[in-house]
Amino acid sequence: MTALLTIDHVSKAYGSIQALDDVTIDIRSNEFFALLGPSGCGKTTLLRCIAGFEEPDAGSITIDSTAGVATDLLALPPNKRPVNLMFQSYALFPHMNVQRNVAYGLEREGLPRSEVAARVGEVLETVGLTDKAKARPAQLSGGQRQRVALARAIVKRPRLLLLDEPLSALDRKVRAEMQLELKRLQHEVGITFVVVTHDQEEAMSMADTIAVMHNGRVQQVADPVTLYSRPANVFVADFIGDGTLIPGSAAGGTFTALGRTLPCANPASVTGAAVIMLRPEFLSITAVTDPEVVLEGHVMETHFFGGSSTTVVRVGGLDAPVVISSPGAPRHGVGDHVGMTWAAADAVLIADPGRDPGSS
Amino acid sequence: MPKVGWLRVPLVITYAFLYLPIAVLVVMSFNASKTPFIWTGFSTKWYGELLNNELIREGFVNTMIVAVGATILATVLGTLLAIGVARYFRSAIVEAYSLAPAIIPDLALAIGLLALFGMLGVTLSLFSVLLSHVVFGMAFVAAVVIARLGQTDSSLEEASRDLGAGATTTFVRITLPSLAPAIIAGALLVFTLSLDEFVIAFFTDGPSTPTLPIVIYSMVRFGVTPEINALAALLLLVSFTIVLSAQRITRLTDSV
Ligand SMILES: Nc1ncnc2c1ncn2[C@@H]1O[C@H](COP(=O)(O)OP(=O)(O)O)[C@@H](O)[C@H]1O
Ligand SMILES: [Mg+2]
Repeated sequence: MTALLTIDHVSKAYGSIQALDDVTIDIRSNEFFALLGPSGCGKTTLLRCIAGFEEPDAGSITIDSTAGVATDLLALPPNKRPVNLMFQSYALFPHMNVQRNVAYGLEREGLPRSEVAARVGEVLETVGLTDKAKARPAQLSGGQRQRVALARAIVKRPRLLLLDEPLSALDRKVRAEMQLELKRLQHEVGITFVVVTHDQEEAMSMADTIAVMHNGRVQQVADPVTLYSRPANVFVADFIGDGTLIPGSAAGGTFTALGRTLPCANPASVTGAAVIMLRPEFLSITAVTDPEVVLEGHVMETHFFGGSSTTVVRVGGLDAPVVISSPGAPRHGVGDHVGMTWAAADAVLIADPGRDPGSS
Repeated sequence: MPKVGWLRVPLVITYAFLYLPIAVLVVMSFNASKTPFIWTGFSTKWYGELLNNELIREGFVNTMIVAVGATILATVLGTLLAIGVARYFRSAIVEAYSLAPAIIPDLALAIGLLALFGMLGVTLSLFSVLLSHVVFGMAFVAAVVIARLGQTDSSLEEASRDLGAGATTTFVRITLPSLAPAIIAGALLVFTLSLDEFVIAFFTDGPSTPTLPIVIYSMVRFGVTPEINALAALLLLVSFTIVLSAQRITRLTDSV
């Protein structure tokens, strides 16, 4: 399938801050796409470039028009672009009620009144706010405001809907509900969604494809499972999911750290400074005397969650503790001397060219 | 808060000091006696006589022409000035100078305007008073509107653009309505200020069209009559009403 939106080598600086650094991303039609990264990595800037409120210093952004021809988005003013942006602040018009807020965009298209009314009614029903049609934004809860902002954007039926941290203003419980709701809505209305978030769990649970950003650069674009199981670099490995990174060096098909050889997948694929990433669910704890043991350490703490438990083990020579999750109750107490094993295939080897291999 | 009785004493004294003259004025305006300061009984006759006084009626009409005209012009121009300064010309110096006419001494402004009108060969009349009041009125409106612009979310205008509105539609349907409370408050402020403005009017008015404050001034030179007390009490009532409604309007919008 060809891309709906093509972001090609886009850069943008604010003075000495490089907010976007050579960003290239393709977004396919009808996908739920997430832009994920820590605060300040350039997510909002990228959305604003797509929506037309910032002009990139370099690069191009094109959208595939219905006829299959690419349209240069950057040549159009914001009010002429076939995309809509849902602002992080929601930007609801305070002097208009819900219905008038939602109708605003359709009225600008010069549609007949009857059609505007019908579509507004329809979309308010979709987001479950029919009974709030006459309320002012100030009278609504955070979750309701968020749904008005969403309704106002989707009623325009844009090719692409950009959502800037749509859930960050909501409290935890409402947020979990709205994640499902957003996903359902996206299916229902069939609009391509680009959602910005700094919350990796949120991105993982909602998105079909995720672009991980850091310091204005795209680190990796992949589906959630690939991001989790095969991170492209150390930043992604650290940012996505829980896990332990053990720094060492790879040479001649073996990975060495803490003065010993540690098993990992494809050890010959990297030469030089590297890390292995160990996910908690792929580690198991055994007796120190077990001949299989690869690492050993002392239990620092244990947590029991009912169905599963995690054990945190401090290993001499490692800055961060190793976290192991296992089914059932914890079988070791704090202070116990334990061994750890893992299957070579489950330890992911990642090149770490930024680090001096001698320093580990 | 602990109750410390004597801490209230300064409050009571200063408050009394603030309102004593006003109380005297209002009480005396209902005094039946023609001699001030001797209470002979309650009467509203001075209010009645006010209406029969030709000079005062003319002065009132002149003042209304100036106040209404100056309010309309100052509100439009002051709003445009505020938006220009706050949105398109971000400079603290330009902003400060745009508000200066509101605080520079009336006397300086009056003399400057008089000199300017002389240079341009403008005949002094109600129209020159009106223009002079627009000068400081604009600055007051701009001050109130700039403060409001600082609070409003500029993403509202972006959202309007994003939803397909052009620059003009956005200005008329989003920017202006969100500024409306400040614009109304500014207009009411200009109206009250213009209503009893004396110094600038005295310098820039023509001799045949005195405004109300000038009429009052010329009457007071021969002593304060109860009639004048009644007039002042009425002016007071108008100003209070307007100031209170301006406050209400600003408060209403702060809750949004
Ligand atoms: N208008 C601006 N002027 C100057 N710097 C800005 C502006 N907007 C964003 N930045 C900077 O650009 C970087 C990226 O910002 P942003 O895109 O808002 O990040 P994110 O949305 O990922 O948190 C940040 O360092 C931010 O401080
Ligand atoms: Mg942001």
